[in-house]
Amino acid sequence: MSAARWVIALALLLGAAAAPGPAHAVMPDEILDDPALEARAREISKDVRCLVCQNQSIDDSNAELARDLRLLVRERLEAGDSNVEVKRFLVDRYGQYVLLKPPVNASTILLWAAPALLVGIGLATVFVWFRNRRREALAGGPDETGLSAEERARIDRLLAETDGAPDDRGAEPGPNARERR
Amino acid sequence: MRRVIFLAPLALFLLVAGYFAVQLLSGRDPSEVPSALIDRPAPEFSLPPLYAGEAGLSTADLNGRPSIVNVFASWCVPCRVEHPMLMRLAEEEGATVFGIAYKDDPAASKAFLEELGDPYARIGVDADGRAAIEWGVYGVPETYVIDADGRIRYKRTGPIGPRHMEDDILPLLRELGS
Repeated sequence: MSAARWVIALALLLGAAAAPGPAHAVMPDEILDDPALEARAREISKDVRCLVCQNQSIDDSNAELARDLRLLVRERLEAGDSNVEVKRFLVDRYGQYVLLKPPVNASTILLWAAPALLVGIGLATVFVWFRNRRREALAGGPDETGLSAEERARIDRLLAETDGAPDDRGAEPGPNARERR
Repeated sequence: MRRVIFLAPLALFLLVAGYFAVQLLSGRDPSEVPSALIDRPAPEFSLPPLYAGEAGLSTADLNGRPSIVNVFASWCVPCRVEHPMLMRLAEEEGATVFGIAYKDDPAASKAFLEELGDPYARIGVDADGRAAIEWGVYGVPETYVIDADGRIRYKRTGPIGPRHMEDDILPLLRELGS
């Protein structure tokens, strides 16, 4: 590659890096003269779903319907609607699905409560698990050796028998006697 | 008790898998947005006619008998696909079909209807798409069934297929006494 090409490539790269963020869908002709109203319009637009490309907000989308809705939002604001009224206007026509962030109400309460509910179920399970373990230990359930109280009693009995039993083969203790104890 | 706990994940898996299977096999399109307007009165709108000298289309026209409102455009390919269904509704089933020409050049709308036939009793021209927003339209074609009181009873987003005709639209029209 010649030196001139390198210079051009570098210039393009720097130019790209200096470009201001991702390009927005909002066209200059849509922007309101009143900066306060425009700011509110942008805020509302970010929360409104573009129904054509369903995971974008109308603020991000280049779809024609998104542009129509952006203009509509601005029109309603200029007519004196509050942010809530503008959103209600859209929800009345497109349903709650048009809001990217679903409001808390009877039909979405499960969605909102699910994380807390799942953590709650998890904590309750852990609590019950530990409580049962302690109760089992107190009641003579399996301890760290994995033996139940009954099994330990049986071992004790067997050991006692071996120690106390009369040896038929004479007084000399077997080589394993000590181990057995 | 122990055994029940070990079976719980399996039961949970079967439950979730079953739910997915039902959803997959139902043939429902999850990207379709349920209309907020079902069982509500048709929105207020008033549109100029496509053909000069004829009547346009407005909310008042929807009262008095069951009707079908179809949002179409000549540039919309699925509109061509569903057009025979609309012709059948108007000509064979005797339904009143109204059209809303959505963001379309009137000349192009006329050419479209000349080529494929005109099923519409009245046509309103929605040049800027504002009336369509009142109807909650987000993609053409969309079709609504309106009862005699001017209430929206059914909405189809996308082209009407034979299944929507037989399962939804025709039974509903019969029920409404078209």
